[in-house]
This record gives sequence, structure tokens and C-alpha cells, in this order.
Amino acid sequence: MANKLEVVGLNAWFGSNQALKDINLIIPDGAVTAIIGPSGCGKSTFIRCLNRMHEVVPGARVSGQVLLDGANIYGPGIDPVQVRAKVGMVFQRPNPFPTMSIFDNAAAGLRLNGVRQSRSSLAKVVERSLRQAALWDEVKDSLHASGVSISGGQQQRLCIARALAVEPEVILMDEPCSALDPIATTKIEALIYELKQKYTIVIVTHSMQQAARVSDFTAFMYLGRLVEFGPTDKLFTTPEKKETEDYITGRFG
Amino acid sequence: MGYQRRRLTNVAAQATAIACTVAVLLPLVLIFGYLLTKGVTSLNLDFFTHLPKPVGEPGGGMANAIVGTLILIGLACVLGLPVGVFTGLYLAEFGKGRFGWMVRFCADVLNGVPSIVIGIYAYTLLVLPLKSFSAYAGGFALGVIMLPIVARTTEEMVRLVPNTLREASLALGVPSWRTTLRVVLRTARAGIITGIMLSIARVAGETAPLLFTAFGNQFWHHGLRGPISSLPVQIYTYAISPFDDWHRQAFAGALVLLLLIFLTSLSVRLLTRGKVHVAR
Repeated sequence: MANKLEVVGLNAWFGSNQALKDINLIIPDGAVTAIIGPSGCGKSTFIRCLNRMHEVVPGARVSGQVLLDGANIYGPGIDPVQVRAKVGMVFQRPNPFPTMSIFDNAAAGLRLNGVRQSRSSLAKVVERSLRQAALWDEVKDSLHASGVSISGGQQQRLCIARALAVEPEVILMDEPCSALDPIATTKIEALIYELKQKYTIVIVTHSMQQAARVSDFTAFMYLGRLVEFGPTDKLFTTPEKKETEDYITGRFG
Repeated sequence: MGYQRRRLTNVAAQATAIACTVAVLLPLVLIFGYLLTKGVTSLNLDFFTHLPKPVGEPGGGMANAIVGTLILIGLACVLGLPVGVFTGLYLAEFGKGRFGWMVRFCADVLNGVPSIVIGIYAYTLLVLPLKSFSAYAGGFALGVIMLPIVARTTEEMVRLVPNTLREASLALGVPSWRTTLRVVLRTARAGIITGIMLSIARVAGETAPLLFTAFGNQFWHHGLRGPISSLPVQIYTYAISPFDDWHRQAFAGALVLLLLIFLTSLSVRLLTRGKVHVAR
């Protein structure tokens, strides 16, 4: 399996506080990679480094390399805006734009970027993205309702559709189900399974069951370091490191 | 005992809140009612279409002052809105350092400067060098009064936009400046418009800064480089005059001014109401 992302010697700071310490990791193409670990271990910071969203926080800093298809996204002359268009992101809490309709939310990535296109081709993109996000059948008759008028689970799928509309190659998900009920969570997990046919997915999760259900590979992080990385079934059944075993058996965290 | 007492406290607190609300609304109702009884008799079609008559002749209207006030507010908006909104945006998005603090402090001081002082400022800056009272000078003075109000309310409203929306937009590969203009400003729009309406209502009634900038005019204005009539100044002139007829017209003028502000606020609100309603 080809490497989609290769992380080499990645460090990240918030001010003087180092959140990530020398992370080296290979994220395979067309698979789901889960990042697990206790709160505050740097999971979210890590995936925010993969699309240059970490540096948006005032005082935040990064060193090291992240290679996307072999090209360093932190290389000189690389525009973070372009990186983010290739590496999409879904956040912890559903955050559709409240002033926009469902249609406009799904079209936001294109509209906000000033991509000029006809209403009908935009409508095609919106429908395709909403179908991919398994939301189309639920909202097709209310596309002009507000993006925040639907349920939390639907809002999160709308956010996934919004990210898909700009046709990224990688989708980062930062605990996408933590604000959702079990039924909505099941839907998102089924969706992740569908999406990995086409996209490389990196998901941060607090739930080890979720990591076991949806991912092909799992990385365990602790105190800003990558402790162990491997195929999910191996990491959960025969972990190599003691810390990993302690965590997945519930001895801490 | 506990429940009884809690109920009483609740009733008392609610009654106080209602009483305070009534106390706030009462002056508006009273002023409006008083202007209505005093002014409505002098309101007729002539009032809106005719120029003031010379002293002694009955009738006439304030058409020039009504148009003049609209022009002055328009000129004030040309200066006050873009500069105010962008200053507010700057303060909210980038104004964390010392410079931002300074700008904020200056805006607050400017907000507290008596409007007549701003009139003198416009007089010195525009009227003296150009050797003429002008609509431009009046609009400039009003615009300067609008600035800090618009800037500070815009800042507050932009600050209320959740950071998660900025991140959502950035993560879609939208550049920072587009995010600010098309996501942040758009989300804060309703609040910013409220601030703008407040500032317009405030300057629409300003008299002092117009006395020696726009000056006033008993006739139609000739271009914006000359003196121009306005409702507040006209009301002021008429109210301090010794003629009963002018007093009645002053009341009518005040009523029209109030209605004007009321109608602009209402129509701007209706026009800018988004297609999409924000669920609360």
C-alpha cells in the first residue's frame, strides 16, 4: 500500500509548551488511520499539523516535515491554503455556517474560494457531496433551510459533505462523533467505511471501540509522543509496548 | 417554607423586571405621544413638498430640511460606515497588541467628545479653508460622530463569531481574508447592522455640529458645496423663534424626524434580514 502522508521528526509547540515530540509516522493511502490516546496527549494537535491548521492558533509553532505524496507541506513557498484544500478537516463539534442554507454550506468551499460556475454544475457538486455524506435523502427537500436547523448528527454529515465538495485527497476527523448520540455515531462510522474507498482518512477518537470498528491502522499517543503504530487488529490484540497495553486494557487514561 | 419563599422571590424579581422594562419604554411612548398631539395638526402635504414661508406668512413646509437631513446622513454614512466597519474588524481580528488597545481607547474617547467639538473640528478642517458652509462639512462632522459607534459595535459583534466557524472556513482552503469578509462579517451582520442603525439614529438628531458646518438654508441647497438645511437645525431655529406658527411647525418637524429614524431602522432591518434564519 502506498504512503499518502509521511511524518518525519514532527515537533509542535504552543508558545513554550511542547505538545508534540519527534513524531515519525507513515499514513497509508486509501485506509483509515485512527489516533488514540488519553486527553491532552496531542492527538488533535497532531492531525491539525497535517493540514497546517496548527499554526492558526496564536503562538503555535511546528518543526519537522510532513510529506504529502512525497512533497513537504512545510516546505518553502508552500501555501497553507492549498494544503488545506487537499487535506480536508471535520471538527469535533458540528460547525455548519449558521447564516447559510444547507445547499450553501455544501457549496461553501467552492463559493468562498470564488470558483465561478453555473448554478446547475454547483447543484451537481452539492448533490454529489451530500450523497457521499449519506445526507442527501434526508435533506433533498429542504436544501434551503438553515444549516443549523437540522439535528447534530445531520449537521456533522453536512460538515463532511462540505469538506468533500472541494475534492480533497485526505480527510482529517477530530473526534467527529464526540458530540453525537449512538445512532448518529453509527451513521458516521458507516460513512467512514464508505469514504475510505476514495479517500485517505485520519480520525482522532477517544473511543477505543470506535478505533477498533472503523480503522485499518491505529496510532497510540501518550504525552506528546507516538508510542506505537500498527495494523489495528494487531495493536489491540498483541500490543508491543507496555503503555499501549495498559491503555487499551483500561489501566489508565 | 423554602418553596414558598422561593416563589415569592421569583414573583418579586419578575415584577421588578417588568416594572423596569415599562420604565424604559415609557419615555419613548410619552415623547412620541406628545409630538403626535402637538405636531400632527401642522402635518399636511405642503409640509413635505414646500419650502418654509417667510415670517408672518402661514403655511409652508420643511421639504428642503427633510431632503437635507437625508443627504447629510447619506454623506455621513459614506465616511462613517466603511471606515467604522473596517476599524471594528481590525480591532476584533488583529487588535490584540498595544496599537489595538490605543485605537480602542481613542475610539472610546472620540465617542465621549461632545458633538459640538466635532462640529468645530469640521469647521476648522473644511469650512474655513473652503470659505463656505457646506453639506460636505456637515456630513463629515456627522460621519466622525458615527465612526467610534460603528467601530466598537462591529468589534463586539465580530468577537462574538465563534472561532470554530473561522477554522471551518480555513480548513476548506479558504484564504484568511476571504474567511474574514465572507464568513466572519456575514455571521456578524445582524449585530453590525444594529450598530449602524444606532449610529444613524444618533447622528440624525444631532444639531450642534451642523450649526456651523451645514449651517442651514431656507431654500433648496445648490450643490453639496453650499449650506444645506436639516431637520434638527430647522427645528432648533423654529423652536427658539417667537412665532406660534413656527413652534407648531417645529413640533411637526420633530415628529417627522422621529418617524424618519423609525422607518429607516425598520426598512433596513426588513431588507437585510437574511434568507436563512439563525435557529436559537
